[in-house]
Amino acid sequence: MTDRRSFLRMTMVGAASVLAAGCDRISQTLWGPDVLGKAEGLNRRVQALLSPSSSMAREYAEADISPVFHPNGTTMPATPAYQALMADNFRGYKLRVDGLVSRPAMLSIDDLKRLDVRTQITRHDCVEGWSAIGKWEGTRLSAVLDHVGVAPQARFVMFHCFDEMEEDTPYYESIDLAEARHPQTLLAYALNDQPLPVPNGAPLRLRIGRQLGYKQAKYLARIELVSSFDDIGDGKGGYWEDQGYEWYAGI
Amino acid sequence: MSSESLDAGAMPSTPVDVKPSRRIVYRHALPIRIMHWINVVALTLMFLSGLQIFNAHPRLYWGNRSDEGTAILALGARQDAAGNLQGVTRIGKHEFNTTGVLGVSNGEDGSAQMRGFPSWLTVPGPQWLAMGRRWHFFFAWVFVLNGLCFVGYAAATRHLQRDLWPTGADWRGIGRSVVDHLRFKHPHGEEALRYNILQRLAYLTVIFVFGVGIVLMGLAMSPRMDAVLSPLVEAVGGRQSARTIHFIIAWGFVAFVLIHLFEVLITGVFNQLRGMITGYYAIDATPAAPPPPDGEAPDTSGPSEDRPHD
Repeated sequence: MTDRRSFLRMTMVGAASVLAAGCDRISQTLWGPDVLGKAEGLNRRVQALLSPSSSMAREYAEADISPVFHPNGTTMPATPAYQALMADNFRGYKLRVDGLVSRPAMLSIDDLKRLDVRTQITRHDCVEGWSAIGKWEGTRLSAVLDHVGVAPQARFVMFHCFDEMEEDTPYYESIDLAEARHPQTLLAYALNDQPLPVPNGAPLRLRIGRQLGYKQAKYLARIELVSSFDDIGDGKGGYWEDQGYEWYAGI
Repeated sequence: MSSESLDAGAMPSTPVDVKPSRRIVYRHALPIRIMHWINVVALTLMFLSGLQIFNAHPRLYWGNRSDEGTAILALGARQDAAGNLQGVTRIGKHEFNTTGVLGVSNGEDGSAQMRGFPSWLTVPGPQWLAMGRRWHFFFAWVFVLNGLCFVGYAAATRHLQRDLWPTGADWRGIGRSVVDHLRFKHPHGEEALRYNILQRLAYLTVIFVFGVGIVLMGLAMSPRMDAVLSPLVEAVGGRQSARTIHFIIAWGFVAFVLIHLFEVLITGVFNQLRGMITGYYAIDATPAAPPPPDGEAPDTSGPSEDRPHD
């Protein structure tokens, strides 16, 4: 019995370390993460079936708003371009919208406010696991897209940001046109009835209702319509995507 | 117990010596065995990668938000007077020093690291959220599809209705079954082939409460799914509540697996393992049953009249 028990214990400890080492080794290969990453496409397709592109994120009441909307990632972009804008309280800020559009534009916050604006109290879910609720006011991205005219070959909206995650590696993100045209997809300039604070992405950030926090690009400098993001960054469609996170962040 | 766990096949082949005589029956059908082992792999990897994901924010909350200072469980770290890192687990208002396991533990290089669960309990070992999510979502699909196949197969073959659903007699014998379990007393003959009431309730709970519950709570954390699942999310208290319940059920699975392994251990680990690998399981032959022809080797002409079980 004792022999059998120690044999069992040895087997279990052995199996556990083989498992752990095996998993770590698979994680380091080229094929391992690729195979495991197949789930992303399945998640995206199945979730689009179960929760159609028209489905709306839940909107909350004023009483549900977080006392502090926790800022994550960059909280103070250090680039000279951003610092100069901030010194002037963003008065000189203009969002550049170009790429595959008929009428490229430079839009000030006031220009944006003249388009279709929306206010929504929605929940922000970070990939790390925490959540916060905030009241966002902003221009519907679909109104901006209509304003500039999207070329038929455009498939994705790229968001280029002022903040650099590493030297010469600015934050960027991308979403597809269906997500871009969703009614809750905003270019937000206000949080909880105040101009967007710097730690939360002043003067303008993206809000999408149904994806994780890393998609909600802050410190927007430029919006570019593209047919593919293969040649941007490492080609995965966003800064965190280039670090191995999923492009589809609906889960 | 010791005679139960002795593998009859290992006994000398003189039939006279076999005490008590053993009979081999075909107990677990092939699809059940395959799905059982797929589930072992999927559950293990989901648990370990789940702890990796948890470590990215090792605190649990109730409600929709995770406001500072409202965590109901927090794995953290602080420096003691000597400047050493100390792991602190806080449950409600109670703090525990859990240095070495929770909050602070040694990484693979042997140095103290601030992390919720230790590297030997996470996949991958180092802090690597993106990779943890890949493992988790891949095996979540394996778990869900395997689970659906199991329930479909079990219902179609009436395994579910016959072997898992408790009968009236089962319910009436629940007191006796509890006592038997507490005394580690298990049947050895024909009765060993039949699931007892506690086994039935345990399996049904794990499949339909834990299994269904953990998947739903996982989906309730998905912002895209919440656009259609928000009634469910609000019914359980909010997204952070769903995350907390997901975590609790994961440990419920661990508790089930520990009890399951313990029962396997005390009812004859080799016999049980053989049952779940080859399908064949040995029981004490009852006096009425005819002795097995020629020792214990499974009859190649077919698995007798015993229907596959489990």
